[in-house]
Formats: sequence, structure tokens, C-alpha cells
Amino acid sequence: MLQRLRTTPPRYWLVVVVVLFFLGLPTVIDSFQAGEWAQALILAIAIMGLNILVGYSGQLSLGHGAFMALGAYTSAVLAHRYKMDYLLTIPIAGLLTGLIGFLFGIPALRLSALYLALATFALAVVAPSLIKRPVELTGGVQGISLPPVEPMTSDQWVYYVTLAFALLLFWLAWNLVRHRSGRAMRAIRDGEVAAAASGVNIAGYKTLAFGISALYAGIAGSLFGMATSFVSPDTFPVSLSIQLLVGVVIGGLASIPGPLIGGIFAYFLPIESNQWVPTQTWIPSQIASTVVKAGPAVSYGAVLILIMIFAPNGIVGLITAGYTRLRRRLQGAADREAGQMPPDAQTIS
Amino acid sequence: MQEFLQQVVSGIAQGAIFASLALALVLIYNAMGLVNFAQGEMAMLATFVAFTLINRGVNYWIALPVTVVIAFAGGVAIQRIVIRPVERAPLLTLVIITLGLATLLNGLAGAVFGYVPRSFPSPFSVQTVEILGAFVSYRDLGVIAVSGVVLLAIYLLLQRTTVGLTLRAAAHHPEASRLLGVHVSWMLALGWGLASAVGAVSGIMVAPIILLEPNMMQTIIIYAFAAAVLGGIESPLGAVVGGLIVGVTVNLCWC
Repeated sequence: MLQRLRTTPPRYWLVVVVVLFFLGLPTVIDSFQAGEWAQALILAIAIMGLNILVGYSGQLSLGHGAFMALGAYTSAVLAHRYKMDYLLTIPIAGLLTGLIGFLFGIPALRLSALYLALATFALAVVAPSLIKRPVELTGGVQGISLPPVEPMTSDQWVYYVTLAFALLLFWLAWNLVRHRSGRAMRAIRDGEVAAAASGVNIAGYKTLAFGISALYAGIAGSLFGMATSFVSPDTFPVSLSIQLLVGVVIGGLASIPGPLIGGIFAYFLPIESNQWVPTQTWIPSQIASTVVKAGPAVSYGAVLILIMIFAPNGIVGLITAGYTRLRRRLQGAADREAGQMPPDAQTIS
Repeated sequence: MQEFLQQVVSGIAQGAIFASLALALVLIYNAMGLVNFAQGEMAMLATFVAFTLINRGVNYWIALPVTVVIAFAGGVAIQRIVIRPVERAPLLTLVIITLGLATLLNGLAGAVFGYVPRSFPSPFSVQTVEILGAFVSYRDLGVIAVSGVVLLAIYLLLQRTTVGLTLRAAAHHPEASRLLGVHVSWMLALGWGLASAVGAVSGIMVAPIILLEPNMMQTIIIYAFAAAVLGGIESPLGAVVGGLIVGVTVNLCWC
């Protein structure tokens, strides 16, 4: 799980391009697709939170779907039972889930990687059943239907609210990892003993990471409830938690753009392998028909395995590596042109 | 008292199923330090293979060992194709790969066999026989017997044969084993094959009880995780004992 620190400066122009892209997206796609992209952004928010825990702080969690459920249900109950304005419930749900996550992080301090993975997995497994229990509060198996309130039912409105939260949360995460807390977490991830010897408060930062990741998941869950106007225990199965972890790793551990790519991947791959692939004429028909016949799960699993084998640092890692290689080549070419020897591999930053 | 005995025997039967799957998990954990999240799906796929054989008219008692051999080969193949390229990768990468494998195998089973639950034949009737005043079904006794034979075979293989010794050595100390001429990579493949074979037995034993469908092992594997951790994730004997404890507890608490 060791990741190199990014030594390249942040590409502000790229960030602007991406933000503009997402701001303008609903103008060129129809309403239903806007709703789909909103779902991808929701996953991206949860994955960003999980990335803070797994990528930057080195603690494995297979249970963040449960935190998403907590956030979704908090918002749903507040909106449905106490008639609170839904937008107001989102930060409340996030804070409550963050607090629960922080409390969960305290016993988690005692668990090593494998046992933490299994304990959080147990959390994810138990969550749907736990939700079904207090029937008067959560509506049991039938869930809670949220009253439709204009403009909430508009897919575009949902998209923009989700985008606003995503931009805010990604910016906050970027600030977190660049400053002292982020350095402390990375230090803990890369060498706990050394970090402790350097005076880092291990317990504090580890539980903080849990709390923050749960907060992000809670907000994502709350937005999810808003997007679908309905929450039920079965919309948060174990596979959701696994999907989030997969998104973290596919996008790229310990990176800020990674979760965005991870969210898009996690949402669209299962759907598109069934729908988009047959319509692409450049894919040979035998391959296309095999992909469709095998079903989305097989493509999802196969792509996952291939990416892990060939691009273990995720897609962001792949892009960064490719970019570094390209720069090195150009550097060497420029030096050769100028009559100087190409620099040693070790002196290239 | 009879009721209690009945539940205990049922619990031991269920526990034997958990124990087999937990043993598979422990075998792979011992070899690689990795919990194989795809173990349940591999077992499920092997059970489907058995189902296909039995449907084609093969006798159950021939289909069972044949399936175990096929599962063994499948486990070795998975290790060679999917795991070997990333042997030295960090734990998280391996975990994701096993999760991807689980998804892939589940989808494969669904695509080839469909999601309609089917009944799986069992050579043991559901009739009961009276032992010590309690009514115990032949099926429970059969599950205990078959699982017991398989677990005993694995024990003998690991503890009393040279191959087993080599496997344990390769798992425990890869570098030293390499120096002694052990082909560690193939020992890992052997470990995966054995785990897959034991998991297949677990699947075939449980399929008559819960109906056969691609998602059938997903609750079983959770109990198997619990059993493996309860017995100590590195101990095969612990996995078996843990499985029995979990099985009996689950059965006793279900009322």
C-alpha cells in the first residue's frame, strides 16, 4: 500500500477544465443521463471519503456502504418524520454519520489490517438487517418514501446539488491532504512506529480518518436518498461497500482525482458493458456478443482483475506513469538536441 | 433433552460445512496471507459442475470425487492465471483481485446456469434414525461423515506426507524453502487447488439443504469467515473447531 507522494505540482488548469466540464454537462445530455451522472458523483463522494481512510491513512474498510445507509436514513427520517427541509438534513446526516464513524474508529484502532477488513465487512453485512429492526423509525423492509418536492424531482436540480457538494467536499479533501493532517495520516500509513516516534498522535489521526470518511459516506448516502426519493434496506447491500473499495483502488489510492474516476467507473461499467458495448461498431461482433451474453458482472470482474494486474496504482497511477515517461522522453530528446548527454535516470525528479 | 441433542447434531452437520469452507480460507491464508473472498463463489461453481454431471446421469458417488478433482484443477488454474502475476503485490491489490474474481465467477455461473434455484440431489434421505432417544436425519449424518472423511484426508496429506510437508514449508518460509529447492510458486498453486477442492465439498454438502443458485454461498462464506477467525486464522485445526462451534451456536440460537 505504499504510494509515492505526488511530486508534480497541482494542475490548476486541469481542475478548471474538469469543473467546467461538469458544470456544462447537463446542457448536452438529457435529464435521465443527468441523474445517472449524479449517481456517479455520489459514489465519487463516498469513494473520496473511503480514499482518505484507505489511501491516505492506510486502514482498510469493507463496510462504508453501512455509513452511506446511515446517512441516507438519517436524512430520510428527518425529512419524512420531522418535516425538515431536505437540503438542511444533508449536513446533519453527514455530521451524525461522521460522529458514528469516529466512534467506530476507536475500537478499530486495536484491529490489524485483516481483522479490520473482516470487522467492517461484518458491519456491511449486518447493516441491512439492523435497519429493518426499528420498524416505526425506518419503515422496515419497505423503507421510506420521500415526499416529492419541486424542484427536487428534477434530475438536473439533483445533479447540480450533488455537484455542489462534490466540489466542496473534494476541495476540503484536497486541503486536508496537503496540510498537517494529511501528512500525519500518510506518515501513519507508511510507518506507524516512525510516525509515533516523530510525535504524531496515532490514535487521534486514525479515528479522525474514520470519522471524516464516514462523514463523506453519510453525505453521499443522504444525496443518494435525495436522488432516488426512496430509501430501503436493500439498496445498501454488501456489494455497495465492495463497489466503493473497488472504486478507490481503480481510481487510484491516495489521489484526489482518483475517486472521481473511480466513481464514474464504479457506476457506469456494469451498466455500459451491457448497453453501450453492443452499439459500438468498432468492437468485433464476437467479442461484443460474448460480453453481452456473459452479463455485466463478468465484465466488471474481468476488467477489475485486468486493471489490478496491469495498473495496480489505478487509472490515475497509469496516467501519471505515462505522463512521467513521456516527459522523460521529451527531456532526453531536448537534451540530445542541445548537445548535452541525457541525464541519468536517478537525477530526473 | 432430545430436542437439544437433535439441534446439536444438526449444528455439527452445518458446522462441518462451515468447517470445510473455513479450512479452505485458512489454507490460502497460510500460503499467502490473504483472505480469499472468492472462496464461496469457487465452491458454488464447483457445485454447479457436480450438478451438471449428476444431471447427465453420472452416479453421485462418482460425480463427487470427479468434481473435487475438477475443482482442484480449477484452483490451480486460477492461481496460475490470475494470482501469479501479482504475487508480490500489496495486500489491497490481492484483496481487490479476489473480490473481482468473486464477481466474475458469480456472473459466470449466472450467465451459464441462470439464477433460478434448483434442487440438488443428495444420496442421503431426509428420514430420521433414532440415536440415544433423539431423531437424527440421515442427511446430517451423511454430511458429517463425508466432511469428516475429506477433512481427515487433508489432515493426513498435510501432516503425514512429503508433499504436505513441502507445502507447509513453502507457506511458512518461502525464501528458505526456495533455497532448499522447493518450487514455491507451484506449492502456492497446490494450496489453491486444495482449498478449492475442500470448498467444493462444502458446496456439494450444503446444496441439498439450501437450493442451488449462484448466490447460495454468500451467507455460508460469512459464517466461514467467522469460523476461520474464531479458530485462529492460521490454524487449520482451529478452522475446523471454529466451524463446528459456529454451526452448533447458529443452530441452537435459531429458535
